[in-house]
Amino acid sequence: MEDLACTLHIVNPLGLHARAAARLAAIAQEAVGAVWIQSQAGRADAASIIDVLTLACPQGSRVTLEIDNPADRPILERMVRMVQNGFGEMPGDGHE
Amino acid sequence: MNGIGASPGICIGKAYLVEREGVRVIPQYEINGRDLAAETTRFKAAVKKASDEIAAVMAETPDELRGNSSILEAHKALLKDKLLYGKVLTIIETDRINAEWALKRVSTEIAAMFAQMSDPYFRDRAEDVNQVTDRIMRNLTGSRNRNIAAIDKRVILVARDLSPADTSQIQLERVKGFITDKGGRASHTSIIARTLEIPAVLGLHNATQTIRNDDIVIVDGTSGVVIVHPGEQTLLAYEERRARYESYRAQIRRRSHLPARTRDGLSVQVLGNIELPEEVVSVLDHGGDGIGLYRTEFQYMNRSDFPSEFELYDKYRDVVEVMGGRPVTIRTLDINGDKAVTLEADRSETNPALGLRAIRYCLKKPEIFKSQLRAVLRAAAHGQVRILFPMISSLEEIQAARRLLEEAARELAREKVPHQHEIPVGIMVEVPSAVILADVMVREVNFFSIGTNDLIQYAMAIDRGNPDVAHLFHPLHPALIRMVRRVAQVAHQEGIEVHMCGEMAADPIHVPLLLGLGIDELSMAPASIPAIKRMVRMVSAADGQALVQDALKLNKVRDLVRLMDEAYGQLVAQKVYGEMGQEREKNDP
Repeated sequence: MEDLACTLHIVNPLGLHARAAARLAAIAQEAVGAVWIQSQAGRADAASIIDVLTLACPQGSRVTLEIDNPADRPILERMVRMVQNGFGEMPGDGHE
Repeated sequence: MNGIGASPGICIGKAYLVEREGVRVIPQYEINGRDLAAETTRFKAAVKKASDEIAAVMAETPDELRGNSSILEAHKALLKDKLLYGKVLTIIETDRINAEWALKRVSTEIAAMFAQMSDPYFRDRAEDVNQVTDRIMRNLTGSRNRNIAAIDKRVILVARDLSPADTSQIQLERVKGFITDKGGRASHTSIIARTLEIPAVLGLHNATQTIRNDDIVIVDGTSGVVIVHPGEQTLLAYEERRARYESYRAQIRRRSHLPARTRDGLSVQVLGNIELPEEVVSVLDHGGDGIGLYRTEFQYMNRSDFPSEFELYDKYRDVVEVMGGRPVTIRTLDINGDKAVTLEADRSETNPALGLRAIRYCLKKPEIFKSQLRAVLRAAAHGQVRILFPMISSLEEIQAARRLLEEAARELAREKVPHQHEIPVGIMVEVPSAVILADVMVREVNFFSIGTNDLIQYAMAIDRGNPDVAHLFHPLHPALIRMVRRVAQVAHQEGIEVHMCGEMAADPIHVPLLLGLGIDELSMAPASIPAIKRMVRMVSAADGQALVQDALKLNKVRDLVRLMDEAYGQLVAQKVYGEMGQEREKNDP
């Protein structure tokens, strides 16, 4: 079931900080089934900001996003896009 | 009650007690089965209220501060987080305990999870969770929001201690005076109080227990006396004294705009220390010749992200433009245990004064440092700016900081952003190793600035905030005089200037000694400028040099205090402070 998971890197400079985790969790909460985020530190419930924060993922860390229910594929895709876009906070698009 | 007179002046008013977070005891009780539904509803209502409060704050936030409000969005989302919200509800139901108790258990557990993390940035995210749980707790217990920003009448603040974060929240025009249990003459509260000319008595030990809200209180910051519930006679006497003091202040201020020149023609620059950009006005009002120390920490405090380069530039430019061609000395970020930056404070440091602070912190976080350096260079295009690096203890630190400054200038040039890269670079001499290495460091800088407060703290091993040892903290320590002398000699041999921006420079009695030692520039709380200028005009540099020779023969603080007092005590009491001199605090050990 390869397409129920996707491994990628955190690219934004601040890593998976509070605001980023909040945006990720907001999407994960729309899912029918559970959504997980896995890093070398362990596995966290992507719908919980606190759980995601405890993974402490800085820029450059490798994470795997995972869904339990195939119906949540569009959700997974949105989350992947958000991580790849650096949560819209890459240098050059927020600064003066 | 007698305490430490930390900021002169007299005020009479009603007391306003500031409670400390964490002192409050959380109510704990069991809930029986029937009432469980009501208890979970109570918790949900508290969360709903918190969510509405955050939404209201966000709605008030202007667009340009959106960067700040997105952290509020995160806080709002945290309120409903499974690990917080879901878990509290589960605990209430399974363990049958009240909502406050359940919330406390959950928040303690979450705090423990974060405390184990090795990455300090993520470890500090616990603070975000704390703020959210505090807010819910406040709504649960119904205790009024202890926000000192919301004080709506003119009061005398009574607190155990005030952190810089606390003081930065206070609407100072609402505060008539300060009273605290802790703190000494050189503490942060004292500095703020003096800068803003608010009378303060600190180190009273039990003021928060003795004084109640709305008690009538007299604060005499000149003598360190606090009187609670004064009788009518006392009240009248103090009211009279207060009026006399204010008229004296007004009178001394009028002559302050003229330059300060000694009787034998030595011109001395007298500058102001500021912390908030708004204090520039106070420096000009008091006749300051410039800003000798602009502390830049405030813009980094009470927020969950870092200020942008533009934000910093904007503030610095304000200060530089208002000073109109007079020098503005910007000290780069100096965070320490006393001034913990919310975002980055590493609370696990057991000894923050000796920890990752000031230049060490900045060199470890070059991105944060560089955005400040760029802001300084850009502001420099609008006036006369000097840059000052704090807490320098080795040559490598100066070189590394200068490299980053040059890098910042090159970047700005490449990006064609207007800036001025040829600005004087100085270091704070406040660590004993910098005194010893002054002969080496002098070749790398354009000026020295001696910070006596920290230099005394580090050289004499005295925590100036500890009332048990605060009395040992004295600038007339023979070791300090020798250190200042060495730094000044080395500087003058190389032809650079030496400034002083510690509290020592703010006491007129020290002026002859400092002139004799060869200090070129004195910087202090704006309110002290007129008295210092007055003192400069009444003494001569030659007498100062003779005084230094006498001082070097003495080996005890007590003897040095007596020497200064015998030589200049009369002059200070009668001519500088006028009749207020009689009430001048005797702080001799």
